Amino acid sequence: MTEIPNVDEQRRAEWLALYERMLLIRRSEERVGKAAQAGEMPGGVHLYIGQEASGVGACSVLEDTDFITSTHRGHGHFLAKGGDVKAMFAELWGKRTGICKGMGGSMHVADVSKGILGANGIVGGGIAIANGAGMGIKVGKEKAVSVCLFGDGAANQGVLMECLNMSMVWKFPVIWVLENNGLSEFTITDKVTAGEQTDRARAVGMPAVTVDGNDVIAVQEAMKEAVDRARAGEGPSFIECKTYRIRGHLEAEDAFLGGYSYRTQEEIDAWKTPDKDPILRFASRLLAEGGASQADLDEIEDRVSKQVEEAVEFALASEDADPELIFDITFADQRP
Amino acid sequence: MAKMRYIQAINQVFLDEMERDKNIMLFGEDVELAIFGDTREVYKTFGPERVYNTPICENSLTGMAVGAAAAGRRVILHLMFGNFVYTGMDAIAHQMAKLRMMTGGQMDLPITVIAGYGGGRSLAGQHSDTPFPVLMNIGGVNVVTPATPADAKGLLTTAIRGNNPTFFLEASGRGGDSGEVPDGEYLVPFGKATVHKEGSDVTICAIGTMVRPALRAAKTLEAEGISAEVVDPRTLVPLDEDGIAASVSKTGRLVLVDECKDRCSAASHIAAVMADKCFGDLKAPIKRVTVPNVSMPYAGVAEMAIFPTPEKIVAAVKSVTGELAGASA
Repeated sequence: MTEIPNVDEQRRAEWLALYERMLLIRRSEERVGKAAQAGEMPGGVHLYIGQEASGVGACSVLEDTDFITSTHRGHGHFLAKGGDVKAMFAELWGKRTGICKGMGGSMHVADVSKGILGANGIVGGGIAIANGAGMGIKVGKEKAVSVCLFGDGAANQGVLMECLNMSMVWKFPVIWVLENNGLSEFTITDKVTAGEQTDRARAVGMPAVTVDGNDVIAVQEAMKEAVDRARAGEGPSFIECKTYRIRGHLEAEDAFLGGYSYRTQEEIDAWKTPDKDPILRFASRLLAEGGASQADLDEIEDRVSKQVEEAVEFALASEDADPELIFDITFADQRP
Repeated sequence: MAKMRYIQAINQVFLDEMERDKNIMLFGEDVELAIFGDTREVYKTFGPERVYNTPICENSLTGMAVGAAAAGRRVILHLMFGNFVYTGMDAIAHQMAKLRMMTGGQMDLPITVIAGYGGGRSLAGQHSDTPFPVLMNIGGVNVVTPATPADAKGLLTTAIRGNNPTFFLEASGRGGDSGEVPDGEYLVPFGKATVHKEGSDVTICAIGTMVRPALRAAKTLEAEGISAEVVDPRTLVPLDEDGIAASVSKTGRLVLVDECKDRCSAASHIAAVMADKCFGDLKAPIKRVTVPNVSMPYAGVAEMAIFPTPEKIVAAVKSVTGELAGASA
């Protein structure tokens, strides 16, 4: 690696780590998409491609002791919060080495030891869990925070208003991170949504900001402020990250849509350009002002590609899930 | 032993357990004023740091119980009425009941949800349901239905100290029953039925609120020469299939008494299990005394028309012990 004078070395390392995490998500998701499209992977998968900056930016300021709740589009959040890529791939393939031993799959990747309370197949399912985790942290007088990552589809679930209210009433250490990709499954969110999302938070007196969700640094900065406030006992914050979902609601969506579409190819392509795509954008910024060289980025590309292929090999070589396990894990030991 | 009311036994467990374990928190609607009496003094004793008197939003509360438990707390959620299981159902069915399994066993969820169920108080359809079936069917939550003050203490203590989501369904309408309650630490294990009265001619398996009318029916039957054994499962999930079957095999007859609506009731489930386990020992068809598949009406006279009563239990027993009743007559 080339030493460039007058560059903040720490910042350079941090930015490269952010870049690497975003790229790991992108390459993982591309590989998952390939397997899903080829019919090699069971179930349905919802890919995070295009939204990497919001999850990585949000999780970059968190510790393992902090909690996140995630969505059906949760692979990116899992990896952003430090989840193991091998254990994730094994889970997606329904293997016993999977992070949930093959019992949860794509929509439920979770690693409680890292504060990842799980992707969730119910749109908005993480909202009350995140609020409850915030309540639990407060009752336990801990310094942790709880981060609810949710989408604009979930924002129309009634529990959001209920939980925004309670988190504000009791100053729970919760950060509400709305990843607004403009799409509620197969429906344009604007067609079914009134008002500004941030106004919902402001209605209960909560600090709310809108940031460019494809700018990892912008998300990180907003998060830093919100996390500081939460750790100081000053209560919740709401951050709307404007972003865009490049892939379909799920990988098999063409089969459901039967030739119809809810958006144009031009619209999708417009979000793939170097000034929009979160990874291409950040690569340019790293080269221009982050002190990184093309060689640094190439090295990361190589490392990430290798990591993903190793994860796929690990998953494919692993044993299938154990059906007997179902009966062992539904309940914890019942004896008093 | 001390004589106390059912609701007092529950109240005492909250106070004792929250004193014993500082990690326990309690939340729910109107818990500060304790409209059922079961949370009396809890808010005052442990304060707003551990007790949250919440707004009215059951669907969030059930999900929040999951989050607080995942964050390491031992959680008691007061859901007030059994019907509010339905308003809070999304997170109960999708999160509370499933997350342990779906995370491969990573997540222990020590959650006790308490709610008063049942009719007989002219509160009409939206406050009189007995939601055993839906909870039993979810797969992943315990369903606990104590009938006596002693069992209320023992089962609630087990629920709170346990590591699984447990619905503690309070026999609220008739929860004022008094009874002897063991002093000091007292835990009743889940999945262990109890026999309230021994008998040899018929097993009356009565759940929760139905134990009292079943015991009254047994007394009437005794005077007529029919010896009824009154068995109480105490917990529906897990269910003491062998314990109930032992009684049925002994008497050869089974009448189930359940405050649920009949279709897919706890009674019909137990009937199916007992038909399977005790087929060779049964001398008569299994009978159920339940509530018809209609909404609970408001007017007392209408309510009691469809409610299981001692008279209906006696009639059901006589329909399977006809020859015995005839012999003693």
